[in-house]
Amino acid sequence: MAITDQEIAELKQLARKVREDIIDVTGWSGGTHIGGSLSMVEIVTSLYWKYLRIQPHNPHWEDRDRFVLSKGHGGVGHAVVLALKGYFPPEQLRDFNKSGSAFGMHLDCNKVPGVDCSTGSMGHGLPMAVGLSLGARLLKKEWRTYCVMGDGECDEGSIWEAAMSAAHYKLDNLLGFVDRNGLMIDGPTEKVMALEPFVDKWTAFGWKALPIDGHDFRQLAQAIDFALEHKGQPVVVIAKTVKGKGVEFMENKAAWHYGGLNAELVEKAKRGLGDAS
Amino acid sequence: MSSGGVTWNVYDADKLTQREIYGLVLCELGERYPKIVGLSADLAQSTKIGMFGEKFPERFFNFGIAEQNMFGVGAGLAKAGLIPFISTFSAFASMRACEFLRTDICYQNLNCKIIATHGGTSFGPAGTTHHATEDLSIVRAFANLIVIVPADALETANAVRACMDINGPVYIRIGRGFEPRVYESEDYGFQIGKAVEMHPGTDVTVIATGVTVLHAVQAAKILKEDDKLSVRVLNMHTIKPIDREAIIKAVLDTRRIVTFEDHNVIGGLGTAVADVIAESGKGCAFYKSGIPDEYTIIGYPEDILHYNKVDTDGVIEKVREIMGKEFEADEDWEDEV
Ligand SMILES: Cc1ncc(C[n+]2csc(CCOP(=O)(O)OP(=O)(O)O)c2C)c(N)n1
Repeated sequence: MAITDQEIAELKQLARKVREDIIDVTGWSGGTHIGGSLSMVEIVTSLYWKYLRIQPHNPHWEDRDRFVLSKGHGGVGHAVVLALKGYFPPEQLRDFNKSGSAFGMHLDCNKVPGVDCSTGSMGHGLPMAVGLSLGARLLKKEWRTYCVMGDGECDEGSIWEAAMSAAHYKLDNLLGFVDRNGLMIDGPTEKVMALEPFVDKWTAFGWKALPIDGHDFRQLAQAIDFALEHKGQPVVVIAKTVKGKGVEFMENKAAWHYGGLNAELVEKAKRGLGDAS
Repeated sequence: MSSGGVTWNVYDADKLTQREIYGLVLCELGERYPKIVGLSADLAQSTKIGMFGEKFPERFFNFGIAEQNMFGVGAGLAKAGLIPFISTFSAFASMRACEFLRTDICYQNLNCKIIATHGGTSFGPAGTTHHATEDLSIVRAFANLIVIVPADALETANAVRACMDINGPVYIRIGRGFEPRVYESEDYGFQIGKAVEMHPGTDVTVIATGVTVLHAVQAAKILKEDDKLSVRVLNMHTIKPIDREAIIKAVLDTRRIVTFEDHNVIGGLGTAVADVIAESGKGCAFYKSGIPDEYTIIGYPEDILHYNKVDTDGVIEKVREIMGKEFEADEDWEDEV
């Protein structure tokens, strides 16, 4: 599925729209995990508009590809994508964070159509993704499982327990992404708890690790295309990204892990989006 | 108040959250006790243990997002002779690190202090993954562990100081902050294991813990005015060991008890109180109020409390309900009242 220039242009437009919507929801909801939602935009946009075999009008379609947001705090970034894909009317996002709403900061699969797994506590998504992949193989299903992790999240032991089991069971129907934005809450990953040599770690755990620029649609497509053909081993894309990507005053700032935006900041944030991705 | 010397005043307590007060007290204790060390799992700022980290960088360790490891390391540090203060959100302290807390720290009876923040539903819009509505039930079953749920920032200060007098594990569950002040000052005689009478009464006893204490006090005042009801309010800040004496006294004096907690009705304060009442063999109308046995809704903390009927309106409703409840008097009823 080599990517065309035309497709890249369209994905860039979509990514811009996703970012705008993330900013809007952050504005009216009082606050979201905006930094890490903006950094994963190209990853989720590639998946939802080019690769995932899904039927938004039929969210429980048995043969759909599964998507697990292991870094569940990226809920706002996932929710706006699901709305744009038509899983539910975008107006529903007006209720984000509100009392009695279906939408909290971490999405609930029993409340939000299109969410395959409830996440939010770090280090749970990859184990569930391993289960989905094992299950697909056992049931002779064609669907694949895609799992997006945070880099800070990879401090959790459960990620490495799951990584070991995915390699052990040679889960080539599982594709992982690490949103390697280099920041967690308390600062840079390398200062809080060093992850490097990160690619080597995944390799040592038996995965095919592909380090790429996580904002470059061409590189993302090449990596995913590779993974779709790769046999006998799970693949992880180590996507180098920028936390807060697209909003200049947020980029590479740990303080924007979580935050709110007043009307003025919403405008300012959107104005700068022009040259994102 | 074993370790004296406040560095803030009541005015500050209005502006500072429970977490900030905790951070300040810990800094203060850090000066006095060079063996205190601080442990965080990428939540140094969110839990305010970072204040200690800034003051004593060499005595502060951040393990990244790895709670199980943090609790295990805490056990090792305690074995080495240090006094670890371990902080993370209540949901992760009680559930993610559960066995490390139980087997490494409680089973070995180690001198670790767990400061579990964002307790109950205080992290409202973050949603159910970040609500801790089972933690008291879980950790209450760990032998050796003392479990405290302060009602406000001043009580948090008292609890954090008092836990230094205990040579063993203590779990202190606080909120996200923004919880309004209940006490006028910190000098009300805080003692681990001793309930505090917040409002005198003879018709019915409300036993509350944590954020629900303020609501109980407010409700008692309203019920006195509107219903001419005399409502005793007990702040049961220590869930374990529970103050049996205060509960039995409430049974004998008022014969009607309602409990309130920001926690599942299974296994927390209400259950602890029910155990004492049942074992006493005395007749008592009793009602547990808390989060029903279902996963919490998303919303602002005050709305979630209202939804679960553990805010002021909820206390009023439940007290009125229990006043009409029938129960059987035990044989020696007359002897005791
Ligand atoms: C088990 C657990 N511990 C702590 C948290 C609190 N928390 C939420 S996001 C976060 C940092 C995430 O960092 P990273 O995975 O790098 O995500 P990103 O930078 O992409 O937002 C933490 C510690 C949590 N959600 N779950």
